[in-house]
Amino acid sequence: MDWLTLIIVVVMLASAVAVLLLKDFLAALAAFSVVSLGLSVLFVIVRAPDVAMTEAAIGAGLGSLLFALALRRLGLWRARDRG
Amino acid sequence: MDTIIILYTGAFGLIFIGIAGIVLSRHLVRIIFAIGLLEAGANLLLLLATWRDGASAPIIVGGRVPALMADPVPQALVLTAIVIGVGILALALSLALRVQHAWGTLDMRAIRLRLEEEIDDAAGIEPPTSADAPAPRPTAPATREGGA
Repeated sequence: MDWLTLIIVVVMLASAVAVLLLKDFLAALAAFSVVSLGLSVLFVIVRAPDVAMTEAAIGAGLGSLLFALALRRLGLWRARDRG
Repeated sequence: MDTIIILYTGAFGLIFIGIAGIVLSRHLVRIIFAIGLLEAGANLLLLLATWRDGASAPIIVGGRVPALMADPVPQALVLTAIVIGVGILALALSLALRVQHAWGTLDMRAIRLRLEEEIDDAAGIEPPTSADAPAPRPTAPATREGGA
């Protein structure tokens, strides 16, 4: 279980940094839901399956949906043109 | 490395990144993202407080309580905290929507300037001038702007 925990924690922290550094808000939202899903896997590892279910459904699902709707109403819902 | 050390690293890392984002970000939406990260780290830390390596899930099967069991009380608290966290995010996002509606910006520096202006206005104080923000023109002549 050690290596799995290590991989998930590294991915989670990397995408948490990405949330703050990415210019594109759509990409930041995607990184934010990666953090939530990694957290729900960690909850399974610390033997809290009910909390993991709630985190995956409410934290990752509803939270990301909320952010997506708010970004659309704020006018930030657009992929940045590159080049 | 111990599993628990890795998990604590994850929890404190998330809390640190969240605080750094709240303090350093300029865009209001990014600050709300950082609040979400901080919440996630706090939840993980709370669950880790009573977890021991090798503990089983707090599920009683057939009336037999496992010898080493994760504590269900922090798990119930974290369950509540996740739901409340989504409520906090919804409140923060709706306030951001109102700010953009009223002032047309989400930049924290511009919001702060507007706040100080309004406070000075209400108190009847002349706004301070500096090289960065020179004093406003005394009377701007009313210029008619054409359509479009």
